[in-house]
Amino acid sequence: MVRYTLKRLIAGIITVWFIATATFIAMHQVPGDPLMNDKAVSPEIRRNLERHYGLDKPVTTQYFIFLRNMLPPNPDFGYSFTQQNRQVNDIIRDHFPVSAMLGILAILFATTGGVLWGALTAIYRNRLPDIIIMFLVILGISVPSFVFAALGQLLLVKINNAVGYSLIPVAGWGTFQHMLMPSMVLGLGTMALLTRLMRSSMLDVINEDYIKTARAKGLSPVRIFFSHQLRNAILPVITVLGPQIAAITTGGFVVELVFGIPGLGRYFVQAVQQLDYTVIMGTTVFYGAFLVLMVIIVDILYGFIDPRVRLQ
Amino acid sequence: MRILLAALLLSAISQAMAQVNASSIDYDTQTITIALAQEPPQLNSMKATDQVSILLLGHVMEGLTRYGRRNDIKPGVAERWKINDKDATFWLRKDAMWSDGVGVTAHDFVFAWQNALDPATASEYAFILYPIKNAEEINKGNLPTSQLGVTAVGDYTLKIELERPTQYFLKLTAFSTYFPVRRNFFESRGDRFASEASDLVYNGPFRITDWVHSASLRMARNDHYWDRDNITLNAINADYITEDTRTHFNLFIDGRIAITGLNGETYKDALTQKFRIRLFTTGSVFFLEYNHRPERITSNVNIRRAIQHVFDPTEMVNKVLATPGNLAGESLFPVWLAGVKGKFRSEYPAPLPTLDLKKAKEYLDKAKQELGLDEIPALILLVGDSPTASKQSEYLQGLLKSKLDLDIKIDTQTFKQRLSKMTSGDFDIVGAGWGPDFDDIMTFGDLFASWNLNNRGRYENAEYDRNVRTAMDSLDPKIRMDAMAELQRILYEDAVILPQYEQGIIYLQHPKLKGVVRRVVGPDPDYTYARVVE
Repeated sequence: MVRYTLKRLIAGIITVWFIATATFIAMHQVPGDPLMNDKAVSPEIRRNLERHYGLDKPVTTQYFIFLRNMLPPNPDFGYSFTQQNRQVNDIIRDHFPVSAMLGILAILFATTGGVLWGALTAIYRNRLPDIIIMFLVILGISVPSFVFAALGQLLLVKINNAVGYSLIPVAGWGTFQHMLMPSMVLGLGTMALLTRLMRSSMLDVINEDYIKTARAKGLSPVRIFFSHQLRNAILPVITVLGPQIAAITTGGFVVELVFGIPGLGRYFVQAVQQLDYTVIMGTTVFYGAFLVLMVIIVDILYGFIDPRVRLQ
Repeated sequence: MRILLAALLLSAISQAMAQVNASSIDYDTQTITIALAQEPPQLNSMKATDQVSILLLGHVMEGLTRYGRRNDIKPGVAERWKINDKDATFWLRKDAMWSDGVGVTAHDFVFAWQNALDPATASEYAFILYPIKNAEEINKGNLPTSQLGVTAVGDYTLKIELERPTQYFLKLTAFSTYFPVRRNFFESRGDRFASEASDLVYNGPFRITDWVHSASLRMARNDHYWDRDNITLNAINADYITEDTRTHFNLFIDGRIAITGLNGETYKDALTQKFRIRLFTTGSVFFLEYNHRPERITSNVNIRRAIQHVFDPTEMVNKVLATPGNLAGESLFPVWLAGVKGKFRSEYPAPLPTLDLKKAKEYLDKAKQELGLDEIPALILLVGDSPTASKQSEYLQGLLKSKLDLDIKIDTQTFKQRLSKMTSGDFDIVGAGWGPDFDDIMTFGDLFASWNLNNRGRYENAEYDRNVRTAMDSLDPKIRMDAMAELQRILYEDAVILPQYEQGIIYLQHPKLKGVVRRVVGPDPDYTYARVVE
């Protein structure tokens, strides 16, 4: 187990290095100029800006400086180009917890719903509840989150209007009420995905021999459901959960924008649009490392849930 | 019983929730809540260039002068002044204070201006200080900052030498790059200066009390401000930061914010909900700029004239932009600019092309002859990626195809990519715009001077340059405006640009919020003198 974990960790570090390098190369290939703004600046000021951000050095030197600064224990990505007085480290430190909080709530909502609906549809296979839920699932998967975000916000406006005061805030951040709608909107896509996954995996399990055995032994349906069906069916859900957590905590850009949430997702996307080199590198490496870590955790977790993985 | 309990619980919850956010205005506490379009990128006044930062700085800082209620220039830190051809003297009031109770002195201005011009600071707005003697040479690194033509005579007198007579120098002193910065505070913060609320010290009507990045920024009345008795608002809370205009609109309907901008979509909703819609002309001009580099087809004046004679800005404003407030573009110089006595545009009306298809076709044939082409190849129209930009470009594409059988290839690019293509000259026509940096006609006039870096189509005309210089070197309004009228004529006759529209915005404001000033130059909207009425 230790060797297995160690191997995964080393592979993870190489992956992160690869992500960083690929992003660095790609970023410098994007046409456009990070220092350019609406109003042109004189060549003198331009030179000063380049010196300030270290862009006056050859790209290869910039790359090695970046790699050296990135090394643990104190990775330093430098100052942002757009939020000019802030260090990328501060941006990640201030805004990742917000995205993470939102992501955790969304995942909780998505997994609870996904597992429940999935199991339900499998039990009621091809009957009305199954058909209704699966129709909603298709909607959930195919409708982009910005539509749900706009609709969700509109719904809040209507509710508040109906009760006559702000029952649930339509945007902003700070209290639990602020988090309700955005986390639901953010989790909706994942919930739909998990429902489908859970349904098919549950269908496989239902017909297994050991379920028949359990039933023949006279176990109660509830006991069969929780200790035999659910436990076995949930494995594929856990597999996708790792990358899904990473995707949700990074992919909240639209939701963060619509609900005015100070999350890192906004910085991540806007940095690319504005060619903010340091923030692009900082957020990509950070999220890359986060994704890799989540996958490793899931792999290890898998070992606990399914002993067969450990033996291999 | 159960229903009663549920109702009780619900009301308790909702009461707790009602306190989550303050409402948009509050009469008793004189507090307003607003939303910002983005996190302020730079609250260091020496380096700020964007609208949101300038908006906030305008509330929490103050220069020698400030913008008044009627968009006039009022005394700020300076009580009185005297401006001559080659020098200026400002006498500072003794009760101007920083928010920590330390007095604002002439040294704070000297330090800020020298620092903004220091090449190491790399301030993009340094050029706005260039009327001061030696400023440009210092900024280029040819002279030390100590050579700047500004000296503090004692704590309360500021003497300035000017590079050349500058008719609008007084107006510049209200601009954010001219704000004072206290040296010992600046140095104590180092790289962190202006990065958090506590990393700034304020001398304006308000001070920032609380700043959660990308979430909220709260301002309270500055008790050390010399004119505090004339400030009614106790607090301005920017509790929401997002660029989504729909969210701003929803927050307004929900009674959370006191003012919201509208776009084409939310405008329709605002109409159906019968809100009172307000208009404001931002003072920016949008136009199509041609590429005048000799290797480009658009360097031919006759093809530009052909387009000039089929394009109708009024139709574009009414049918394509389709929101109220925009004015049809007629000139590079917007209508609000001052002339000799009144407005420039009423004293010197812009020459207007007539819509004349026959004439346009003649120009086009002439262009083909001069270029030696049977067919004009597709022209590249470079535009931004906003929905408005694509609507406009498709309109132009359709218009030129149907009227002149000219093909247009639309090149849609994101902000930075578009700028980079503009600068390298990779276009035939580009959708461009210009907003004023200061309240004088020169902020538009020198745009197409051959030396101006913002002249991205590289238009070069000795007569144009000469007129710009004439206006720069003179203090006589008549001579200056005559020169500007010449520029207006050249721009038209040479079809240098194709004016599209003067930007207007539409917005909603809480009816009980009064005294908000909208400004073309300076912080906009300005809540400094706003108040909540009963």
